[in-house]
Amino acid sequence: MTDNNNLNGAGAGAEGRDRVIGTPTADGDTLVSGTEESAASSQQRHIGPYPAVETHPRTEEQQRKGERSAALWFLVAFVSGVGFLVSYFLFPPAADGAPSIAHPATAQLANMAMGGTLALSLFAIGAGMTVWARQVMPHYEVSTPYDELPSSPKEKSSFSDFFMRGAHESGFTKRPLMRRTLIAAMLPLGLAPVVLLRDTGPLPGDRLKHTMWESGMRMVVEGTDREIRATDLDRVGGMISALPKAPHEGEHGHGLTLNEQAKAVILLIKMDEFGPDMTEQQRSWTADGIVAYSKICTHVGCPAALYERTTHRILCPCHQSTFDAANGAKVVFGPAHRPLPQLPLRVDDEGYLVAAGDFSSAVGPTFWDAEKGD
Amino acid sequence: MSDTPAPKSLRAVGNFIDDRFHLAKTGEKNLRKVFPNHWSFMLGEIALYSFIILLLTGVFLTLWFKPSMTEIVYDGSYERLNGVLMSEAYASTLHITFDVRGGLLMRQIHHWAALIFVASMTIHMLRVFFTGAFRKPREINWTIGAIILLLSFVEGLFGYSLPDDLPSGMGVRILQGVILSIPVIGTYVMMFLFGGEFPGEDIIPRLYMLHILLIPGILLALIVAHFMILWHQKHTQYPGTGRTEKKVVGTPMYPAFAVKAGGFFFFTFAVIVGLSAFVQINPIHLFGPFTPTSITSGLQPDWYMGFMEGALRIFPNWFDFNIAGYAVPVAVLVPGLGSLGLLAVALIAWPWIEQWITRDREHHNVADRPRNAPTRTALGVAASVVYGLLWLAGSNDIISETFSINLYLTTWIFRVGVIVGPVVAFIVTKRICLGLQRRDRETLEHGYESGTIEQLPSGEFIEVHKTSSPETVHVLRSKRPVPRIDVEATDEEGVESPEARSVMGRLRNRLAHWYTKDNISFEGVEPHSGHHLHHGHATAGAEQEPANTH
Repeated sequence: MTDNNNLNGAGAGAEGRDRVIGTPTADGDTLVSGTEESAASSQQRHIGPYPAVETHPRTEEQQRKGERSAALWFLVAFVSGVGFLVSYFLFPPAADGAPSIAHPATAQLANMAMGGTLALSLFAIGAGMTVWARQVMPHYEVSTPYDELPSSPKEKSSFSDFFMRGAHESGFTKRPLMRRTLIAAMLPLGLAPVVLLRDTGPLPGDRLKHTMWESGMRMVVEGTDREIRATDLDRVGGMISALPKAPHEGEHGHGLTLNEQAKAVILLIKMDEFGPDMTEQQRSWTADGIVAYSKICTHVGCPAALYERTTHRILCPCHQSTFDAANGAKVVFGPAHRPLPQLPLRVDDEGYLVAAGDFSSAVGPTFWDAEKGD
Repeated sequence: MSDTPAPKSLRAVGNFIDDRFHLAKTGEKNLRKVFPNHWSFMLGEIALYSFIILLLTGVFLTLWFKPSMTEIVYDGSYERLNGVLMSEAYASTLHITFDVRGGLLMRQIHHWAALIFVASMTIHMLRVFFTGAFRKPREINWTIGAIILLLSFVEGLFGYSLPDDLPSGMGVRILQGVILSIPVIGTYVMMFLFGGEFPGEDIIPRLYMLHILLIPGILLALIVAHFMILWHQKHTQYPGTGRTEKKVVGTPMYPAFAVKAGGFFFFTFAVIVGLSAFVQINPIHLFGPFTPTSITSGLQPDWYMGFMEGALRIFPNWFDFNIAGYAVPVAVLVPGLGSLGLLAVALIAWPWIEQWITRDREHHNVADRPRNAPTRTALGVAASVVYGLLWLAGSNDIISETFSINLYLTTWIFRVGVIVGPVVAFIVTKRICLGLQRRDRETLEHGYESGTIEQLPSGEFIEVHKTSSPETVHVLRSKRPVPRIDVEATDEEGVESPEARSVMGRLRNRLAHWYTKDNISFEGVEPHSGHHLHHGHATAGAEQEPANTH
């Protein structure tokens, strides 16, 4: 590179972007020059079986500018990379007294500091590389032929001959007894992985159809140990989410496993009056105008937890299946098909609500034999 | 500067490798691999880079995450949940968030990268679909891509399920409900997967194994295969001068593309990290641990599960039925499994379906312009409309609340929309494509409108049309002649071919006719040669030709 190149480089370089090197310029009397030397050499550099159609080299001045700005980006990346390391140590994990990431607000701050510096660092590397590719490297496109994908008939038939000869040689085609016994030998082994999965879980049996509810079992407000009296329903706006009362130790939970809760949870609803679709049997399962339905939606099992008193509708917030609490929880809208199973209720001698048996049908998402008796 | 010999040390390394692998020739060939330049070819790259980020951050998260459903009483750094019963999985996720420095950031990067991974694959796939880049010889790579996309849905769902927070457990609950709906074997599959009843103690360890080992392993293998096939068959390219079915034009791998792609990786990474730094995602500490009895309204899955969620919401229960007392919950089966199944079959089979209809057995390396395949484009848009509406229906409760629309009304709007929407979209898209084709044909024939008005000797004003650039002419002429399949075709003696008489043959002919009937023919169209009075203007008074005087 000479100074001369740089002097007229700016103009020729800009022009060179649109035109083939070595062709006359617009005014027709000079060839594109100035960068001719570098152009020729850069063309040589990527010469190969498929030379570039056009090459747009960058002038030395452009390259120098490019180098400077790429270097600046890389410096930014370096600094913010260091910033990332600093911010890692700036926010300690749980330390007594000091602000630590154990506190959500500090955790968020630490997240922003670390993430912000890391993002900036990555961005700057990307930007530097882009500047490098666009301002320092020459731009050119080359072409290569697509491979002729199908093999020639000669190659194909040669392969096919070879393959069939091998097959005959091996006897695999000629000796059916051996072939068939080999296939037979593979079959049980193919089944083995399936069989080995047998112990991943128990057979369903009828366990999906029963819950832990038994006649005489008291119930507690979900999340507490408080047993429910029939009169409690008047005070709480007509609806309580409840679980069976189970003996337990310790201050946490209600002594029920998640599996038990998933099936036994109920909605207790105090109704002023029941609708015409409520059968005699369903009415007999209520006590003091209180009806108990499974809280688990019969669609795909979300808790149907929303209750609207004025329309006595139970709504599942997941897929909006809507059940009519006054009419045996029959479906009034949405994708569920089966009504929510009803839990028979009665009031015991001390005024507590107790179950009078298990649910009227299988709890939870509908399955193949959900509506079949035992 | 061009012939700098390689430094001695580099030569030594090169020789060391070549002595053992004989790589000089192969190496050069591969470093010269040509990458056509177009922004839409970068979509697949984003997917690849997000996958790499997922692997990196995922490994970090496994260092602390405990895939255990054992119930413990939380006693840790996050004071608001102290004394609460939760699974070890949830507690360890809190630990990553509030005790491990950078843990929250890595969690958020992992989640954002997952969303962007699936999103970029989806858009990449749309690009490949609409430009016909899936056609022979690339059908198998399309199929592999479709499987990667579908597996990623599952991978994402399982990952979402691991922290065992409330929405995550609810996702598992819905999965369980959908599995239970399978006739005959549903309860068995569910019992075996969950190791008993819901939720049991096995599902998170098992999903963990699937999420960090089995599915990523398969994904990695498929992505490698996808890439190797692409490398071997080379990219498709958009029409342009010098770009033919036989020759691919673009930037060589080394050095320019490697640097550009490297830079793009860092940009992708930077955007994902930037989002993770400033846009909160999946704040599990606010949701609380999962219990099967609690729920909150406004629950939303990750975006790629939205279409299934929407389908579950709007599918009515009218088709549920019982066979001899056994229940078949169609309203769960069809949207829960059918929607995914239909998507899978449609995606995987499409290249072969189109081939069967059009009888097109040629190799295609130049991509279609979407307008030049109007029926395909219209079908693609119609399918996207269905997908988009189902996806929106997945947030109908939020739409209902935000815009104060009755909840059940939104359900009905979507129910009608998924039936009417695609039909309208199909018709409109096809008309737009054909309109664009006509304009292309006109531009080709008459040149482009120059904006210059000229007065003819007769006193009439016309607009001068100018010759399009060679590039434009080339692109316009890239439209391939579309063979129209004549349904009533007979041979010279007036006899139908046996194939055309069979049921499948008839169907195929009808489909082929439907697929190609409206296409605008460019045959015999000569590019505009530069003078604007080139047809029918021998006499200056006969200026009634409308084509020239607009």
